[in-house]
Amino acid sequence: MTPSSTRTVLICSGKGGVGKTTLTANLGIALASQGVRTAVLDADFGLRNLDLLLGLENRIVYTAQEVLAGSCRLEQAMVKHKQEPNLALLPAGNPRMLEWLQPEDMQKIVELIKPHFDIVLIDAPAGIEGGFQNAAAAAEEAIVVTTPEVSAVRDADRVIGLLNTRQVEPIQLVLNRVRPKMMASQEMLGVTDVTDILALPLLGLVFEDEQVIVSTNRGEPLTLNGSQSPAALAYRNVARRLQGEEVPLPDPTKQRRGLRATVRQLMQTKIF
Amino acid sequence: MPLRDLIDRLLGRQQASATTAKHRLQLVLAHDRSDLNPELMEQMRREILEVVNRYVELDLDGGAVSLETEERTTALVANLPIRRVRDGAPMPASEASSSEIKPVQEAPVS
Repeated sequence: MTPSSTRTVLICSGKGGVGKTTLTANLGIALASQGVRTAVLDADFGLRNLDLLLGLENRIVYTAQEVLAGSCRLEQAMVKHKQEPNLALLPAGNPRMLEWLQPEDMQKIVELIKPHFDIVLIDAPAGIEGGFQNAAAAAEEAIVVTTPEVSAVRDADRVIGLLNTRQVEPIQLVLNRVRPKMMASQEMLGVTDVTDILALPLLGLVFEDEQVIVSTNRGEPLTLNGSQSPAALAYRNVARRLQGEEVPLPDPTKQRRGLRATVRQLMQTKIF
Repeated sequence: MPLRDLIDRLLGRQQASATTAKHRLQLVLAHDRSDLNPELMEQMRREILEVVNRYVELDLDGGAVSLETEERTTALVANLPIRRVRDGAPMPASEASSSEIKPVQEAPVS
């Protein structure tokens, strides 16, 4: 592959806590295990966590800061994942970097990374301020993560507006922490509700899954060890769709469910 | 879902919260995206009503001018129930506005 064909994908959400970093970690591992040379860049300099979710926090020697300052080579700063050598992390530098970091700095870092990888995932910070703008400046395409909640969807909409003005293209949506039962009983915004409102193609649908918490506790992304939990399967499918493969999306309202949910579903059909 | 909500839903007294969420989002996003402040919206609403009121008599209580959004396109939607069509020539602008249209709040004098 020529360096210019390296994809740069921003992972962003606007709202915090919707699963940006978890998606970056799991998608990174999934892509790497599917043979894609993947770099993950922690662009959340204020509150970095990608190292922790990947279980690489103890192996950081240099960061993006030293790379920019020229005090180390890129290869010295990139932390290669032991079990998944196709994946490497460039850790975020000191939070004080926020005071001087410019969009051009992020572009410079990404240009340095690109020749060595097929794809660069950029984990953006929450919010729409400087940190996000810096991260967005270095990306050609984007994945917007949201949950089926009004505040998350509203914030995602703001971010999509900003990405549109930057001509980031394509922008795809990952709907995270879906609760099928609640969706079936229409007590949670439906998949088409969210995709209609945000007008984005759906790249993935991730069900709420307790195993995600277990895996972050251990610093081993779910996609790392062949887990068959719902979220692990969803993240792997996101990775496949990102590479252009057609993988059908599940229908949350048609999941196996108990009698109560079935009754609720019946109530939705207008029989009165 | 608590039993009371369930009964309310069965009797059609309350809509599903997802439907409420969608409607609220559509409304708030129309405003977010258009970046029109409430004062401008109110001024525009008043002027639109003024113009239309010169030609037809409106039911001013039932009228609404709002922003709606679909597929990331925002539209200004005016819903103006007509009481009756005015006979003959349209009313002059000044008369119509002074007699019928009352601002919701006093506009600042510029």
